[in-house]
Amino acid sequence: MNVSAGWGAFRLSASKLGLWLFMAVVTILFSALISAYVVRMGLPDWRALPEPGVLWFNTALLVLSSVALQWSRGQSALHELRGVWVGALLGLLFVLGQFWAWAQLYALGYFVTSNPSSSFFYLITALHGLHLVGGLGAWVWVGVRAKSGSSKDRFLANVALCTTYWHFLLLVWLVLFALMLLT
Amino acid sequence: MAQAASIGGEQHGPQGFWTKYVFSQDHKIIAMQYSSTAILVGVLGMVMSWVIRLQLGFPGQFDFISPSTYYQTITLHGMIMVVYLLTALLLGGFGNYFIPLMIGARDMAFPYLNMLSYWFYFLSVIVLLASFFVPGGPTGAGWTLYPPQSITAGTPGSGMGILVMLTSLVIFIVATTMGGLNYITTVLQLRAKGMTLMRMPLTVWGVFVASIIALLAFPALFVGGVMLLLDRVVGSSFFMPAVVSLGQQLDYKGGSPLLFQHLFWYFGHPEVYIVALPAFGLASDIISCHARKPIFGYRMMVWAIVAIGGISFTVWAHHMFVSGMNPYFGFFFASTTLVIAIPTAIKVYNWVLTLWGGSIRLVTPMLFAIGFVSTFLVGGLTGLFLGNVVVDIPLTDTYFVIAHFHLVMGVSAIMAIFAGIYQWFPKITGRMLSEGLGRLHFWVTFIGVYALFFPMHYLGFLGVPRRYFAYEGVNFIPPSAAGLNVFISVAALVTGAAQLVLLFNLAWSVFKGKKAEDNPWQATTLEWQTPHTPPRHGNWGAELPVVNRWAYDYSVPGAPQDYLPQNYETPAEQPQRAST
Amino acid sequence: MALAIVLVLIVVGAVAFHLWSPWWFTPLASNWGQIDMMLVVTIALTGVVFVAINLLIAYEIVRFRRRKKQTASYVHENSKLEWTLIVLTSIGVVALLAPGLFVYSEFVSPPPNAIVLEAVGQQWQWSFRLPGADGRLGRTNVRHIGTHNWFGIDPNDPYGQDDILVEDSEIHLPLGVPVKVLLRSKDVLHDFYVPQFRVKMDIVPGSVSSLWFTPTRTGTFDLVCAEYCGLGHYAMNGKVVVESPEAYQAWLSTNKDFAHELAEGASTPNAEKTPDDILIETGEHLAQAKGCLGCHTTDGRSSVGPTWKGLFGKQETLGDGTQVTVDGAYIKESIVDPTAKVVKGFPPAMPAFSQLTDEELKALVRYIQTLSDSPKDK
Repeated sequence: MNVSAGWGAFRLSASKLGLWLFMAVVTILFSALISAYVVRMGLPDWRALPEPGVLWFNTALLVLSSVALQWSRGQSALHELRGVWVGALLGLLFVLGQFWAWAQLYALGYFVTSNPSSSFFYLITALHGLHLVGGLGAWVWVGVRAKSGSSKDRFLANVALCTTYWHFLLLVWLVLFALMLLT
Repeated sequence: MAQAASIGGEQHGPQGFWTKYVFSQDHKIIAMQYSSTAILVGVLGMVMSWVIRLQLGFPGQFDFISPSTYYQTITLHGMIMVVYLLTALLLGGFGNYFIPLMIGARDMAFPYLNMLSYWFYFLSVIVLLASFFVPGGPTGAGWTLYPPQSITAGTPGSGMGILVMLTSLVIFIVATTMGGLNYITTVLQLRAKGMTLMRMPLTVWGVFVASIIALLAFPALFVGGVMLLLDRVVGSSFFMPAVVSLGQQLDYKGGSPLLFQHLFWYFGHPEVYIVALPAFGLASDIISCHARKPIFGYRMMVWAIVAIGGISFTVWAHHMFVSGMNPYFGFFFASTTLVIAIPTAIKVYNWVLTLWGGSIRLVTPMLFAIGFVSTFLVGGLTGLFLGNVVVDIPLTDTYFVIAHFHLVMGVSAIMAIFAGIYQWFPKITGRMLSEGLGRLHFWVTFIGVYALFFPMHYLGFLGVPRRYFAYEGVNFIPPSAAGLNVFISVAALVTGAAQLVLLFNLAWSVFKGKKAEDNPWQATTLEWQTPHTPPRHGNWGAELPVVNRWAYDYSVPGAPQDYLPQNYETPAEQPQRAST
Repeated sequence: MALAIVLVLIVVGAVAFHLWSPWWFTPLASNWGQIDMMLVVTIALTGVVFVAINLLIAYEIVRFRRRKKQTASYVHENSKLEWTLIVLTSIGVVALLAPGLFVYSEFVSPPPNAIVLEAVGQQWQWSFRLPGADGRLGRTNVRHIGTHNWFGIDPNDPYGQDDILVEDSEIHLPLGVPVKVLLRSKDVLHDFYVPQFRVKMDIVPGSVSSLWFTPTRTGTFDLVCAEYCGLGHYAMNGKVVVESPEAYQAWLSTNKDFAHELAEGASTPNAEKTPDDILIETGEHLAQAKGCLGCHTTDGRSSVGPTWKGLFGKQETLGDGTQVTVDGAYIKESIVDPTAKVVKGFPPAMPAFSQLTDEELKALVRYIQTLSDSPKDK
């Protein structure tokens, strides 16, 4: 919404700035989590965790999801929703895949309290997953808005915002996944 | 849901009761919602301080104060005052009201998000208050909530109370994040034409940098809180080592209590600057206005705010000098802490230098602003003791620390808030507060807080530990200290009672106060230049202001009056505009 | 105007209070006089600033008060002045920080000849351990803590066998000998602090922290806990007795070592020990192991909970005014459901110990009974 013709410090819309600020907050959140992880890893009772294989598959899903959304962003046709639906669906599959990973880990005998590494695994994937679910919610909202007739400019702007956030969460996941793989 | 944007003519805001007053997206209404909730919960916190002082001044006299009650009271008192009062009031209250007005905007960048942020804050307060009604009562772990004690038996509220507290904090963090996004985006993107960053009043700078700090610091508390929650609820061992609690071997193993402390203070230290920086800004603007003189060293003041904000992330472990962390960290954190004293000192010098050569009128806001400088000076100076690691060692966890942080946060920040209330009440309500009652409030408060907190430092020098329910069985405390505690308690109760004068003044003046002009203090900043008082929805009428000067043109030589509003055009400036 | 006067009075009052109030550092009893010196230097520097700035403000309020014809000066920058102030402030900061860090570097470097003392904190009492003749403390783990292993020493560690154990909250130290205190906790955070020694350090469960000092005068000093540790935090007091090396050696020999404590636990029932003796002994050990002694004393001192000395058979008044005689049934009830009948004047703060077996309860009651004045029933 256009509250006023303001004198901006940056050549971006307020919404875009707001999103970048939010991504900064989420970055700090995951940085704090990673710091805690690294510190806890240094204590004597740390045991490496077996990686459930499905995590690789999930990562691929998330990459494809980002690709789909980026593709939809490039569309200039009015209300091109296909890319959005594909991306969102892949994202949803990712979240379900994460639950599957939990189930795999549980079957191997690693519960939340089994050891610090498993505690962190569940916590990290849960927090990332929650942010992703929030992103899915945003997609749904954009889709609903588009159906109820928001302007093309507005639609494209929203898609751009959501896509940025989505790519960001992919980046966060890659970092977290790498961290868990390497330790 | 969307507000009508202004193209021309009056703003058409929402019309129904619910959208106008309850789920309002107008920053001014939201600010009032934040402020009234914060003040109400702050009064509760103040009553709790009376309970604490009753026990410390008159131990054994009050049956209803058991150790359990006492520890729950000090915990909630601390948490309420730091988080639910000061942070919410300064950012959600003052920030919300003044940022759009001072920068010449119609509202915040994200009004819907703004509205949501208040209701999340409200929810966090409700959840916090719910902890009084859960089995075991509220947590009594101290506002710092350190594990293992916060989640083991032997501490009040380690069952349900701590869970409710952590839940409340998580909700509060969500609210603050929403608010912070708004304040920062608005300051960066919605300033009126001509309002460069270096023309913004220091109040805006204070809230702006505080908001940035908030966004970067609260996530650490979030992470620590979630991990503590998991340790308590599912039995993970993020922070919990193997322990034997009251004779029972617990299932935890391998965790680190210090990890919690690092996460907590990584948030906790910036948090005190989240409170202090807006207070600095308020004080600067009020002192300048009532000395009829530009703030001394504006550029330096801005840089000091930014520097303090940045450095605040490098000092956190000065809260942990005796925590058992690697002792060599002490060298680093003592150094950074004493470095942060330098920009802070500059600000104090500049306030004092603003008064030099001024034309000072001691109206109530100015009294409180000067009171702020004096009490912040004491509080800040004692920070030099506590920041210097080896001097901290005997003083930490004693009454010296309590005196220090109350003076910087509980006294000087509150004084700045009072100054702000007296200063801006006429703009917010269209009426003046009673000057007589204001003075009474000031005198009792100012003298009272010195009587209360100055002697307390000496209990700290003596070595009297904090968070003690009673001092039985220790011989190093002379009997005279009991008399001092009585004195402090009486001072606390009297000072507390004086706050009721303000509450009465507020309530009475809203209805019966003398009608105020648009700009009773003849101040330069934009919020005083609105076409209506109180400002209406959309703030500026048909046209947004255009800014031509900085915020401190008081007593400009050769000017027609002793202040030039930021949107004022001198005759010399007008022909320029006509040609564009 | 009034504000200027009040500011001056505050300055005068503060200085007067500093000079004439009786509340000051406790008399130093350790080598850390340098900390006192740093404190005094800091007071002096900050005191000067406090006085100067408040008096300056008072002056300004009077000199530059609003008058009919005066306008304020528009001057609002003075680079030279600002930079001078920055430099002076920086010098002041360095003047405090440099000597402070120097003294701190001594704090982090205990002398190599320091004797070792382990102080163990738990809710809500102190206990201590010394390395014994072999000069080394045995390994510990909370998992070993039990009725006959108060300290959790690993029974298989040979170095632990001669560790000297002090299970009450009073420790002795020899005058003039540097001591490095190793700090260990069984349950939550605590902090070892003797105001006269100046130094303190938190005790963190799961790790060992330390501090060091050299006692420089004899006397009995309060040991207080300086990190909030729960309901009994304020009652977690101990004593440090500094005495001549000879007196210290004499005291040392009165304490048992770990090997003996283990033997007590493992000993087959002695023909001279009756079942009643064993019951009482069990009760005494339970009282320690379950943390009862954190709140209940056995010597009549007041604490968080009622003292057990003279308790059995006593008439107590409850919070609601009713009278009750403290017998076996009442004690058992108070252990498993402590808030049912609370004695007047005491907080309903006791956690419930509902997992104790009947045998254990019987032992505790019997032990408490022996602490009353009436002679033991045989």
